[in-house]
Amino acid sequence: MHQFLRLSRVFARTLAHAVPTVIGIVILDFFLLRLAPGDAADVMAGESGAATEETMAALRSRFGLDLPALDQLLAYLSNLAHFSLGYSPRYNMPVSDLILQRLPSSLALMGVSLLLALVVGVALGVIMATQAGRWPDRLLSVLALLFYSVPSFWIGLMLIVLFSVKLGWLPSGGAGSIGTDATGLAALLDQARYMLLPALSLSLFYVAIYARLARAAMLEVRSQDFIRTARAKGLSPAAVTLRHALRNALLPVTTIAGVHLGGLMGGAVVVETVYSWPGLGRLAYEAVMSRDFTVLLGVLLLSSFLVILANVLVDLLQAWLDPRIEAAS
Amino acid sequence: MPAVLDVRHLSIAFPRATPVPDLSFTIEEGETLALVGESGSGKSLTALALMRLLPRNARLGAASRILFSGRNIAQLPEQEMRRLRGRDMAMIFQEPMTSLNPVMTVGRQIAEVLELHEGLSCRAARKRAAELLDLVRIPEAHHRLDAYPHQFSGGQRQRVMIAVAIAAHPRLLIADEPTTALDVTIQAQILELLDQLRRDLSMALLLITHDLGVVAQWADRVIALYAGHKVEEARPQLLFGTPAHPYTQGLLAASPRLRADYHYSDGPLIEIPGSIVSAVGEKGCPFAPRCPVARPACRAAMPPLLPQGDGHFVACPVTTLREAPHGHSVGL
Repeated sequence: MHQFLRLSRVFARTLAHAVPTVIGIVILDFFLLRLAPGDAADVMAGESGAATEETMAALRSRFGLDLPALDQLLAYLSNLAHFSLGYSPRYNMPVSDLILQRLPSSLALMGVSLLLALVVGVALGVIMATQAGRWPDRLLSVLALLFYSVPSFWIGLMLIVLFSVKLGWLPSGGAGSIGTDATGLAALLDQARYMLLPALSLSLFYVAIYARLARAAMLEVRSQDFIRTARAKGLSPAAVTLRHALRNALLPVTTIAGVHLGGLMGGAVVVETVYSWPGLGRLAYEAVMSRDFTVLLGVLLLSSFLVILANVLVDLLQAWLDPRIEAAS
Repeated sequence: MPAVLDVRHLSIAFPRATPVPDLSFTIEEGETLALVGESGSGKSLTALALMRLLPRNARLGAASRILFSGRNIAQLPEQEMRRLRGRDMAMIFQEPMTSLNPVMTVGRQIAEVLELHEGLSCRAARKRAAELLDLVRIPEAHHRLDAYPHQFSGGQRQRVMIAVAIAAHPRLLIADEPTTALDVTIQAQILELLDQLRRDLSMALLLITHDLGVVAQWADRVIALYAGHKVEEARPQLLFGTPAHPYTQGLLAASPRLRADYHYSDGPLIEIPGSIVSAVGEKGCPFAPRCPVARPACRAAMPPLLPQGDGHFVACPVTTLREAPHGHSVGL
């Protein structure tokens, strides 16, 4: 009961900060995007090869692109107030439908990547800390440095070369086999096969960060008095590490992981393009190329929501991990 | 009465120093033995050595024998040692603020010992943990099981530490400066609790302290350590009445609290000149560089610990000789 009250206080505080943040982000994004030359009508005209001044003007007036900037912003905000993300001139469908199509696969990819990064990273960090200074620690440190320095698109390409081209074990792109009518477990396994390589390329960078972070946190926690108490109880080294040290060492890792979710979306743009993964990142990329700013604004708005949501989750997770964190006034 | 603990020729060495060169002592069943000495005298290291919890770079000398209930545990494999720790011998530490895991409820931290050593189920351990909290006089113990350490005061946390330590009925409890970090009023309560538990559970208690007031009130026997050497051993009445080693004499003279008629504003505080660092590399008596009565012979070899009768042992040939020129007034 006490625990629940504490967590709900943390939740309410974060929510109160979230609404003004989101409105600020929308307005800032809107003006930033207007700095790019050209609009959706230009791109569509260019792609069709020829267009008259009249068709261009008709296109612009149909999607409201000919209005003054401030009017366009007000129109967009009024749309938002009615829970509508606007209409995409290029895809010719509501932006919310477009985003909802792409959201699940993007969320799945990011969620799996972050989870993979956290689990593998923390596990490696714990191993490095227990072996500190010995060869497993040194070897893993070098590997972590490598993953930290290599860009994710290159890792993605190399994984494709190795596992798809040379070994032929895993598909090189897409999100599922076309034309199968597998259901249940078989369908899930099929999707997992397609997700493995993109998730791996997206997470390796974060695995490296979390491993180093967890190592440092574990080493610090291990020198604390309560670890000596735990050993004096007669607990085995594994019990001391997992039951007493790990939970204390997780705190700094979760803080950083929350910050990383925004960066993970940025990385997803690249990885989704490399693996032709039908997610939000690729949608954002296509929206930029076609100057489809309504779609782009929608994606950015959703991303900021996701980041805020992730921060709420991290706050809750920390409040759960560390009983000393109380909802500050 | 058989000795619970019989330590013989204990030596603890680091790569560059040997803070405890050769220490022997015994603790009998139900007895309170106090180890006194200033910081750096090796008393905490000795305690950690008994639990075999020394820092990684410290080594027990090959000749060290730690007979616990007659069994030498100095070379016991780590796995067997783990079965003794927390069950047959337990330890409480100086810092109650940091010695408990901040993210685990105190109930869990007590129950953990019971599940590990007594094989109790989760529920039985919880029930027993509440009884233990009650035993160490935490009010409303049942409601505090799910509280976290930061919700307890310093004195209460030390009580929780004691509950953890006595959970599995150890035969030996090592208390390393258990009250140093606490208020004076709380100190007395904690020591009284320890003393009562010692009697009720018939444990032996190894009390490590630099507080001579604590020793005078609670110990059955006192060992004064200087730079890892036992310089004097006696019952407290004897030690405080007729201190024989110049170091013990200096320690007593430097303790204004022990003299009822004395107030610290009456005059300058007395100190032992010099520092324990001067003992490093000393071949003979480690106290010789600071000793007011040291003779050339003192610096050649460590004087032997000789019985003075009535369980009083002193390692100083100068002050224990009848014809000693300075007698008891040394250092005062």
